[in-house]
This record gives sequence, C-alpha cells and structure tokens, in this order.
Amino acid sequence: MLSPGSGNTVIKSKLIGRRMFLITAAKAVVMVGLVGRLISLQINQATKYKSLSDKNRFREWKLAPERGAIKDFFDTEIASNEPLYQVHLVPENAKDLDNLFVRLKAILNITEQKVSYLKRVIKKQKPWEPVIVSENLDWSDFSRINLFLHELEGVEPIVSVARTYPDNSSAHILGYVSQISKKDLQTKEYLKDVAVPGMAIGKTGLERKLDEQIIGKVGYQRYEVNAYGKRIREIKIDQGQAGKSFKTTLDYEVQKYTNELLKGKAAAVCVMDVYNGDIVSLVSSPTFEPNQFVHGLDKAYWNSLIKNEKKPLANKALSGLYPPGSTIKTLVALSALENKIIRPLDTFKCKGKIELYGEKFHCWEKDGHGVVNLRKGIQRSCDVYFYEVARKLGVDRLSETAKRFGLGKKVLSDFVEERSGVVPNTKWKKKFIGQNWYLGETLHSGIGQGYFQSTPLQLCLMTAQIANGGFQIKPRIIFDERNDNLRNYLKHKNENPNESLPIDLLVSNFNLKPLFKNQEHINLIKDAMFSSSNEPGGTSYRHRFENPKYTFAGKTGSSQIKRFTEAQREAEVKQESLPYKDRDHALFVAFAPYKNPQYAISVLVEHGGSGGKAAAPIAKKVIKKVLERHELRRNIGSSNGESV
Amino acid sequence: MLQPRSIQSSLGIRDKILSIDYILVFSILVLGIVSMFAMYSTDGGEFKYHTNSHILRFCVFFGLFFIVSFISIRFWHETSYLIYIGVFILLLGVKYFGLTSSGSKRWLDLYFMNLQPSELMKIGLILFLAKYYHRISIEGINSFRYLILPITVLISPVILVATQPDLGTSILIAAGGVIVAWLAGVRAKFFVISGFATIALLPIAISFLKPYQKSRILTFLNPERDPLGAGYQIIQSKIAIGSGGLFGKGFLNGSQSYLDYLPEKHTDFIFTLFSEEFGFFGSLFILFLYAIIISRIIKIGNLTRSNFGKLYCYSFATAFFIYVAVNMMMVLGLLPIVGSPLPIMSYGGSSMMAIMFGLGIVMSCKIYKDVPVN
Repeated sequence: MLSPGSGNTVIKSKLIGRRMFLITAAKAVVMVGLVGRLISLQINQATKYKSLSDKNRFREWKLAPERGAIKDFFDTEIASNEPLYQVHLVPENAKDLDNLFVRLKAILNITEQKVSYLKRVIKKQKPWEPVIVSENLDWSDFSRINLFLHELEGVEPIVSVARTYPDNSSAHILGYVSQISKKDLQTKEYLKDVAVPGMAIGKTGLERKLDEQIIGKVGYQRYEVNAYGKRIREIKIDQGQAGKSFKTTLDYEVQKYTNELLKGKAAAVCVMDVYNGDIVSLVSSPTFEPNQFVHGLDKAYWNSLIKNEKKPLANKALSGLYPPGSTIKTLVALSALENKIIRPLDTFKCKGKIELYGEKFHCWEKDGHGVVNLRKGIQRSCDVYFYEVARKLGVDRLSETAKRFGLGKKVLSDFVEERSGVVPNTKWKKKFIGQNWYLGETLHSGIGQGYFQSTPLQLCLMTAQIANGGFQIKPRIIFDERNDNLRNYLKHKNENPNESLPIDLLVSNFNLKPLFKNQEHINLIKDAMFSSSNEPGGTSYRHRFENPKYTFAGKTGSSQIKRFTEAQREAEVKQESLPYKDRDHALFVAFAPYKNPQYAISVLVEHGGSGGKAAAPIAKKVIKKVLERHELRRNIGSSNGESV
Repeated sequence: MLQPRSIQSSLGIRDKILSIDYILVFSILVLGIVSMFAMYSTDGGEFKYHTNSHILRFCVFFGLFFIVSFISIRFWHETSYLIYIGVFILLLGVKYFGLTSSGSKRWLDLYFMNLQPSELMKIGLILFLAKYYHRISIEGINSFRYLILPITVLISPVILVATQPDLGTSILIAAGGVIVAWLAGVRAKFFVISGFATIALLPIAISFLKPYQKSRILTFLNPERDPLGAGYQIIQSKIAIGSGGLFGKGFLNGSQSYLDYLPEKHTDFIFTLFSEEFGFFGSLFILFLYAIIISRIIKIGNLTRSNFGKLYCYSFATAFFIYVAVNMMMVLGLLPIVGSPLPIMSYGGSSMMAIMFGLGIVMSCKIYKDVPVN
C-alpha cells in the first residue's frame, strides 16, 4: 500500500487546486451561457412566448347568432326563429362511447347508420369538439334525454334557435337557409368571420340577399383549456348580436291566398303597387317546404323536388323566362304612337292572316277581325294589326320602348336567381346570334314572340308603369321608408288644377322620371286595356268586375311553345287537346282599379293555354283580394298614407 | 492513529456548532423553502400529495444533513468503499427486484419509500474515487495499473443504470467520476483519448439506445420535428419560461403549468414552473442561490486539509454544478431531455437524500477540517 508523504500531499493539493481553477472557469462560462439564454427567452422573445402561451391557454367556441326575422308589411313574421332542441356529445367527457351509443339508441331511437357515421366523425375531430347526435328533437324526446342525463356522461342537451317559416306560401321570394357549404366559404367573403359549424345561411331569395345583415354578429365563449383540451373555466362570453330584422312590402295574407289559388299549377303571380313599386305579392307555384331545408334535407324529398317537371325550386316570377306574347302589344302600340308611326284611328284590315316576305303570318282569329284600329287591336288582341304596326315601327324602336319600361334587365337587385330576359333588336341579334335581322322577325316581335323573353316580374313592372301614367318606378321588396313621390305629385295635381308650372318642371320637382313623350298616349293604351277587359269582344271580358271598386284593365297573352302546323291550324286544334308540354303559356297583365289605379298584376300559367281562359280568372281573384286589403295597407304602416 | 482521535475528541459540541458554514446552511434552507412554494404551485395551490411529501422529505433529509455533518470526516473516509459497494448491491438489486414504471426499472420498493439507488450512486462513486486517489501518489496516478480500478468502478454502475434504462442519470454518474479523476491529476491526454473513443463508440452506443431515447436526441436537434410527440416537452418548456417575461406571471398563475401543458413539472421541469411564475428575476435568484451553495462548497474544499476532503468537495461542487447546469440547459432547450432532477428543487426522495447526504459530508469536511485522514 502506498503511504503518501507529506511533501507529496502538498504537491498533490496544489495540482488539485490548479485543476479546480480550470473547472471553475468553465463553470463561469456555463453560468454566463445560462443567464444569456434566460435573457434571450424571457426578455428578447417574451412577447412571442407570451402569445404562444395564450394560444395554448385559451380556446374559443363560437356561438351562432340568432338570425333576424323577416316580416311582412303588417309586421307579421314570415320568417322567424323557434327554439331547437338538440343533443350534442363531447367525446372526451364520455367514459365509454360504445356503451353510451347503445343507451342513446334506446332513448332516441337513432339508426345504426347514424351511429357509425357519428363514430367516424368522432375519430376525425378533436376529442373536445362536440358532435351533433340529434339535430332537431321534439320536446318529449328532449325531456326524456334530460331525465336520463345523469347516466349519459358526455351528452349535452342544447337549446338553440333555428329558422322557421309559418308555411310555404312565400318559399320562393324568402328563399331558404341551409348549412354552410365549402363553396359558400370560398365565395362569400362575409362568412369568414361568422362561420360557425352547424349554422344555416341563406341560399336563395331574400334570405340570401339579406344574409350578410340578417346573420348577425357571432358570439363566442372563451375558455381556459388544459393540455388535454378540457375546459377549466369560462374567461369571457360574448353572446354576439342577433341579426337585423327586415320588414318587407309583402302582404302575407295575399301570399297565402295566391299560393292556394295556384296549387297544382306551374304558375307565377306578381302584384305591385303602381306608385311606389312595393311588391305586394310574389308567388311561384308549385312551392316547396322551406322548413325542410333548415335541418339537413331529406334525400327523398330533395329527389322529389328535383324530378318534378313543374320545377318547384325555381322562382318562376323572377327567373322564369317566357315570351311576353300579346301582353307586349301595349308597348308596341305605345311605341308606335310615341314615334308617330300611327294615329289611334288608323285602321288595318284583318283577314286572319297576311303574307309578307314569302311567309304566312296568322292572326289567332282564323276568320279575321275585319277593320281594326288601335283600341280594337288591343281589345281583341288582333295579331294582323300588330304585324302591320310592328312592320312600320321597326324592331329597334320597339326595343327602345320595351327597355325603357323595364324589360330586358333585372328589376330587383341582389337576387341571384333573377334573370334579365331578352329584348331583341338588330344589334342584339348580330352580337349574340351573329346573324342579320330578318324583317319577318320584326313581325314576330310585334306580338311578343320570337326572341323576346321576359319574367312575370318585368311584365308586372311594365304594366304598373303604364297604370301610373307612365312614370318610372323602382320596384322594391324591403320596406324602408315611404316613397310616395308619385302619389304626392298626383295629389298636388288634383288639388291645384290650375298649376302654372310646366309639367316637366313639376315632374322633376317631385323627383319623377316620365317614360313618355305625350302622356295622352299612355291614357290611350290604358283605355284600350279597359276595353279588352270590360267591353264585349275583349279577350278577358268574361272575367270582368262590374263593381267599379274592383274594375281592372288588362291584357291577355299566350306565349307559343311550338309553332302550329298548317294542318293543326286547318283542324282548329284546341290548346286543351295538345299534350301538356306543347300547350302555350298563359299570361295576363292588368291594373286595378281602372279609375284610380293602385296595383298592377301579372299572372303566368305555364302550359295553361290562352291567357284569357287560364290566367285572367286567377288575376281577377287576386285583384279582389288585394283591393279588399287596400284600405288596410294604406292606413297601417304609413303615417301619411292617403288614397289618391 | 491515536493523535487524530485526540484532535477529534478535543472538538467540543460547541466548537462543532460554531464551525458550521451558516451561509451554506442558510442557502440550502432558502432553496428548500423556495422548492416548497414551487411544489405547492404544481399541486394547484393546495397542500396535496406532492407538496406534503416534499416538505416531509426536505425536513427529514435536512436532519440527515446535520447528522452526517457531525460525524467525523475520517469515518466517511473509512466507509467510502463500503458505501460504494452497498449502493452497487442496491443497483444490482434493482436489476432483479426493481419496480418498473413507464418502461424503465429504476426503483426498489422499501415499503416506506421507493428508493432510486442510481441517485445514491452519484455520491457513492465520488466518495469511492476520492478515497482511491487520496491514497495514490502523484507519480502513480497516470500509470496504467492505477487506471484499471477507477475505470471499472466507474463503468460498472454506469452500464447498470444505462440499461435500466436511464441515460440521464448514468451520464451524470459518469460525469462525477470523471471529475474526480481529472482533479486527482490524471493526464489531460487520457481524457482527450477517452473522449475521442467515446465519440468513435457513439454510433455503436446509439444502436443500443431505445427508440424513445433516439427520438429525444433527434428532437433536441430539431424540436419542431414532432411538436406533439417528443418535441412537445422542449417546446412547452420554452413557452413557459419565455412567457414568464421579466417578472413572471405571479405565484400560482403559471398557466402552462396548472393547465398541464408542462410535462414532469414536479421533477425535471420544476425550474420551468418557477421561471414561468417568477420571471427572469426569479430565475436569476435561483441561479444565485445555487452559485452561493457551489462557491461555499469550493470554499470548504479550500479550507479542508486532507486531499480526500479537497477531492470530495471539489468533485461534489462540480458534480452539483453539472446537475444544475444540465437540468437548466435541458429545460431551456440547450440540451436534449435526458431526465435529470434539479438538486433540492425537484420532487424525488432519492435525489434529495443523495444531495443532502453529499452536502452533509461537505459540512463534515468543514467541521473536521483539520482532522487528517489516511
């Protein structure tokens, strides 16, 4: 064994001291490194790590806001909200999912497919994200769930609100709401901030047009969550803001009534206030059940809608395009008068057909109308008379007048489904069809056939602007404030018969835009329409009202689907005997009351045959209903409303 | 042999108490109290299991510290080999009768506590080598025959611990042994050669690593590699420390910790928790306390007359420093997560016991600084 001497011990001790000094130096370096690292993390990068820590710490759950209501003119809610009973499941809170589903199946009778679907969803998402087990429970199921809740860990009964519609009478104009799709998120900018899973947004109609404002402001609950995603405590709750409610110009009573009238038909009705453009009614038939869309559509129901040849999903009043047929004759006559092509008493002889440019042009009256002037031409809807007028007028001047009265362009704004239609002229044909205009086509245009395409809403606007004395109105469906310039102007004129101001100055004082050169021409057309509805021989004479309170002036029309063959013409084939798909569309436009016009109406019945037979009777009933409610409408909802 | 005894007997109880290094005792006590607060915070601001047992352990082992202090350094010198052998037997016991937890066999069930002998080996090896080199003459140190035993006593426990598996502790045990050899005067060349040899053997060693150990090393090189898996601990620890800022989030307000984002917050990541709640200045305070403790130990090493005492104190101070530095570098994202507790602060009985025992011997060096050992 070595036994160290004392000198050795001292040397050794010095060696140890030297080496320790080196180590101490190394320690100092490490210490400085540690402090440097602390400075870097806790001082230089503190902001970054604080935000990362908050990102860990807080999680937000968005709360879907309550959708604003849509009301009719009388403040009846035609799109409102109802409590919705749902059952959600938060997987992380459930102890035994399989067992839980067995229990849920027994209580709620959900299907095996639904269970396997839910299990797939649960696998895909985070354990703290809820899945919706039942979207829309009735009260008895919901209370049963609440009764068993103590043994259903992870299940959360949720009371939320969902869109509801009192009935389907206004389904088209209101549109429907349904779950946000991926495409919606891509195309609609405003959804970026508001998208909450399970939230329904407007897909068509007013619901879509108003969506951005009616959705409201999304609320959120901010929770502190732990590393496993479990909510520890609520930090902040913002209930959000319910969406704005809107009052429309629609009359729910008229909507219901009209919808009932149109049952079983493929048809559309549009009613408008002729002075301020308020749309009183806009119905398309057949309708669909908008409540079905709110909670995930039933596949069978969807298929039945898609396969129905009467196209229940289309809003025919806005997006259905039909040749205006004889209803355009009012504008053909007006255009000819304004352009001084004809005088009212100029006559043509109708022998049932004319031959021009090597083509035969038939009048609907095979035997002819005899000597026809403007009034009789409109009253009887004589095609030959309008062939002659159109030939002299030319299509370009006709199209100019038609466009002025609102054809060929969209009437309302922001309705994605609305279509603009076509008002043909030589330029249009060159541009879109790439051919020159044939003179024969002018004749077809003169009776509203050929390239002409219009929506029932456009025809209603056209009629309204004739009825109000030829002033431009801007149709609207959202009520904001009373727009009564035109009524005030007429009132002023009635009260001051000796007004010294020239008419154009007066008109511009009331901020009005006349569509005529000579108002007398408008009155001539109105008178002719009166005769068409109220004098023997008129095309809708059979459906007139004797009572001057309801007397209307109208114009029938039928738009041809298929040209009649010569053989059919010879055989005098009736519309009713044709196959449904080949029958003409029946049209009728009118305004009422004749003496003091208030409302314009357009009625379309797809494949209804002649306008006089199919469309006019519907118009008659709707006109009566609307006029019966006129006093109510003028009194309620307006402070200064007064009948002119 | 008689003379030292007379010196020892001449030390009255009053002299012993007076010669205690009070700065060291005070620093340990402050650190212990700080650790109790930290532990109270990990329990969510309640006196729960971790807090209660940490307090109990600190008190018990602080008592042990004094007992060890008042036993003569000569006794510790004489029993050094025995202590090493005893701990080594315990390590062997772990291999055969150990408790397995999360895939690693580290503990012996002693009924009243679960003992982790690898922690005790940290002190045992230092004691053994300090005694061994105390006896060897300066000329003999670098001769090959006196290298065999040290290498054997160093490698054997390291391999045993590494195969538990517990890479972190085995490295720390090895570090303690290497330090003693370095201080004793083993030639620098030798360390360089064995360093290169280690690097050369690294690929082979890596092939023996468990997949989770490999992934920890890879994760250290790039924490974003697997942010929800192995990189999670480093990332969350950095977030916690960084978000503490200058003054911290306040006592019991460390959100990273009470929301369980912080892994192992009682043990390896206790500094993270403290740093999150008390910020940069709190961290500096902890560093300062450790610096005092270490410098006091070195000072005692300077005072003590025996080379055994010097070797032990310096080695222990350095090892202590390494434990602190490795733990902090780990939680600060400067080293891979290897699993090494922070002395005194971290929850864990064996670690606390080993550290207090080690400090006790240091204090014994102080009290009996003039007692010669053979």
